[in-house]
Amino acid sequence: MRKFFADKDRVLSVVLVLPSILAVLIFIYGFIGWTVRVSLSKWKGLNPDYTWNGLTNYINLFSDPRFAVDVRNTVIFTSVFVVGTILLGFFLAVLLDQGLKGEGFFRSLFLFPMAISYIVTGVVWRWLMNPATGTRTSGFNLLFSYLHLDFLQNAWHTTPTWGIAAVALAAIWQMSGYTMALYLAGLRAIPHELREAAQIDGASDLQIYRFVILPLLTPVTLSALIILGHMSLKVFDLIIAIAGKQLPLDVPAIYMWQTTFDGLFYGRGAAISILLLISVAVLIIPYIIYTLRTETFK
Amino acid sequence: MNRLRFSKNFLYVPLVFMAIFYLIPLYVMLVTSFKSFAEVDLKTMWNLPAGIHFDNFIEAYSKLAPSLWNSFAMVIPAAVLSSMLGSLNGYIFAKWKFRGADLIFPLILFGMFIPYQSILIPLVQFMNAVGIKGLVGLTLTHIIYGIPITTLTFRNYYASLPQELLEAAKIDGADLLKIYRHILLPISIPSFVVVLIWQFTSAWNDFLFAVVLTGNKDWPITVALNNMAGSQIIAWNVQMAGSLLTALPPLLVYILAGRYFLRGLLAGSLKG
Amino acid sequence: MKRLSLTLLGLLMIFTIVLSACGTTPTSAPAQPTAPQEASQPTNPPSQPSGGKQQVEVFSWWTGGGEAAGLEAMIKVFKAQYPDIEFINAAVAGGAGTNARAVLASRLQAGDPPDSWQGHAGQELIGTYVAGNQIQPLNDLYESEGWLEVMPETLIPLISQDGKIYSVPVNIHRANVLWYNPKILKENNINVPTTIDEWFAAMDTLKAAGVTPLALGEQWTKMHLLETVLLGTLGPDAYNGLWNGKTDWGSPEVKVALQNFAKLLTYANSDSASLSWQDASQLVVNGDAAFNVMGDWAEGYFRELGKTPQVDYGWAPVPGTAGTFQFLSDSFVLAAGAPHPDGAIAWLKIAGSKAGQEAFNPVKGSICARIDCDKSLFGEYLQSAMNDWATNTVVGSLTHGVVANDSWKSEIDTALGLFVQNGDVDAFQAALVAACKSSGPCK
Repeated sequence: MRKFFADKDRVLSVVLVLPSILAVLIFIYGFIGWTVRVSLSKWKGLNPDYTWNGLTNYINLFSDPRFAVDVRNTVIFTSVFVVGTILLGFFLAVLLDQGLKGEGFFRSLFLFPMAISYIVTGVVWRWLMNPATGTRTSGFNLLFSYLHLDFLQNAWHTTPTWGIAAVALAAIWQMSGYTMALYLAGLRAIPHELREAAQIDGASDLQIYRFVILPLLTPVTLSALIILGHMSLKVFDLIIAIAGKQLPLDVPAIYMWQTTFDGLFYGRGAAISILLLISVAVLIIPYIIYTLRTETFK
Repeated sequence: MNRLRFSKNFLYVPLVFMAIFYLIPLYVMLVTSFKSFAEVDLKTMWNLPAGIHFDNFIEAYSKLAPSLWNSFAMVIPAAVLSSMLGSLNGYIFAKWKFRGADLIFPLILFGMFIPYQSILIPLVQFMNAVGIKGLVGLTLTHIIYGIPITTLTFRNYYASLPQELLEAAKIDGADLLKIYRHILLPISIPSFVVVLIWQFTSAWNDFLFAVVLTGNKDWPITVALNNMAGSQIIAWNVQMAGSLLTALPPLLVYILAGRYFLRGLLAGSLKG
Repeated sequence: MKRLSLTLLGLLMIFTIVLSACGTTPTSAPAQPTAPQEASQPTNPPSQPSGGKQQVEVFSWWTGGGEAAGLEAMIKVFKAQYPDIEFINAAVAGGAGTNARAVLASRLQAGDPPDSWQGHAGQELIGTYVAGNQIQPLNDLYESEGWLEVMPETLIPLISQDGKIYSVPVNIHRANVLWYNPKILKENNINVPTTIDEWFAAMDTLKAAGVTPLALGEQWTKMHLLETVLLGTLGPDAYNGLWNGKTDWGSPEVKVALQNFAKLLTYANSDSASLSWQDASQLVVNGDAAFNVMGDWAEGYFRELGKTPQVDYGWAPVPGTAGTFQFLSDSFVLAAGAPHPDGAIAWLKIAGSKAGQEAFNPVKGSICARIDCDKSLFGEYLQSAMNDWATNTVVGSLTHGVVANDSWKSEIDTALGLFVQNGDVDAFQAALVAACKSSGPCK
């Protein structure tokens, strides 16, 4: 009798997830497959041209000076954004975890940038990071001059080579609330007894954080790393909103968009997005496998 | 409760300092949105407005109102349906692992990470080929691309629940759907909150899909906001007022549901 | 394949509906072939029965300011003439990520074209939409409306291929305009420069006096500057030769032009990368910079800012380009397989008409593509532009789609962006030579 139900449920379970699986198969893998096919074609111009072109589009990218700029910018952006967001998020979470009055208020405050679209915040950041000097000084630079902190004035996103790091600052603002929430949830999940036991053993606060809490938060850090890492590889609208389409702040997603829709180099655009996808995959797949495996052994 | 053993009041210093950093962009948006057109000047961007000009908001609202309702009509079903699908999927992937589930689940998960630019053109072609257009097509798109993250969140939550909970129900003769409806659904509320918030915000703020899938009658608010700015003179005061109106619904969701959001994160999306 | 995916999607939707049990019933339409000829009504929601009422959907990137107001004025003329045709204004802002272009490209590829859309007259149309068989020739319309008599002769070849005319230009803008601040020039005893060397000398004086000599904005405004410097250094004939393969991109003359361009960049404001074209032009009228090179839409912007011609701003051809009118033009096309061909033709008739252009152009701040518009409707600057348009040698703009197809232009843009970063003139020239080979007429 019980077996009968189990079999029926087994079928039902497959039937219930089938629509989602099919949707994912078509909308994600089917479309990726199509993009792969385009990336191996000579398609240039408005009309599809699937003439086989082998790996030419990919090979050309590796000697493309613009793509080199993209890779450099992505590395800088990702490092600054991921490290900054995790550190800031952790710092805020520890502060909020001290049981202060007004915690709810501060928590909402740190979370709110997440709710706003880059299209909205990009413009504001464009103003804030205005690099103009002299009488036209504005934004943060003007604020620094009000506060007599003139040495902090800088060219922000127009700084040669490192300009993209300024854009990462806006992204940190946007996403650090999220890591704060992750860490805060992680901290709350740590049993009090552990901390108390460590205190009784004579550990200092710093030691408790270093040797008890941080190791317990490793899964949180890992999730945050992955989520932020893939976001930064895909960054697109924030840069456009802050700086427009300009080569010094170029990233693969912008190159892909421009070369496809402005230049009609569909083959090349598809190749860029596949490379982007592969770099995301290199990051994500080991994580997924690791996560699932550690779960099974638990 | 006293976790760090020095004066707590001291902690307000960095906290307030950070709060100011977070509020700066909001401050700029707010003061600009209340300024008159003549007052808007980068050199005086930190100054308070000379008077309160609500007309900016009225003007922005009159331009954005139709799209505002389009956004609600699209976002609410998108968030609700993708959460429900995610919850069902999560339940099955956590508790009813059919053969191949361990292979399929990562495949679904991976969909969360793809750069959407790479599927844009096939998406438009597909939607057009099957004749699903405008808001309905956009809603469907958000539901489908929401499946990976909603599935993940619910699966992680359900996986953390003890197997005994289900076994007991099974012995009592409950089947797959009954267990879901009577046991899991009632305790899934925090996860639903997380997922709903997440989906609401991402669908609300989406621009890429909206701009390629909808026409002028069914534009959601982000597209309408973008279209308020022409290529000539840009009335930044009205633009900022419009930006605030656009940001208001997701903002309210965060403020009102922030507590549950955190609770949900705690309950579900983290591996404990 | 399509059948299969349809079935799958159908399945999916059934499940979605069953599971949710709440009624967002998607309107399932029968399968439609993707061929443009049979594409169904675009964008208007299926819930709105057209009830026999005619429609026309017109796509443009005119969403704000004078452009949108001009478009509205032209739509008004349209509605007066064709009260029975519903006008669907499908304007998408061109700003972030060139959304408008991406939307248009994806709609065209999906076989869902708007009835008519905006495009820059010239290679942007010919090299992109004509080459892609996306638009229909309009010779019949030109004949029946008598446009061949009222459109400038120099313009028609630019919008034609193999004797077929492909678009209806509604306006003309001039690209090679040097805007200056008369007050600053007077204070520094500088006459408006007419040659590139005079221009350099003037800017040396200004730099020494602590004035920002040249206002420059984000990357595309640099391409705009480049095209005027190419014209100013090479002259109109050799400039035209760049685009038809007769002038060698690798020649010493082009190198001189690029060196001039490189030198010009040294006079520019340091924060150019953070400025839009409006910001950059505004520096001149606000007295923060002396010169700015921008198309004459800047004049419309200055007037919107409440500035006075000859007091707050003056204009001249970019040094070295006197007697040449470097133009661009917005034009409308007829989609191949337009869902509403009658509405589209009606719209194009208005776009090419005297009434339509006289309604549009004074508001937009451009001159008519027709040569018979009433001059008194236009301000001081535009009247001078009308005179130049009638008498000057006409050449096309690069940045605004006249002389190079989209692919070529985008390669030039990349080369320019790299050059602005590394300042390597030789590499820049080599990249331009390569771009002409890969996407232009060079062999």
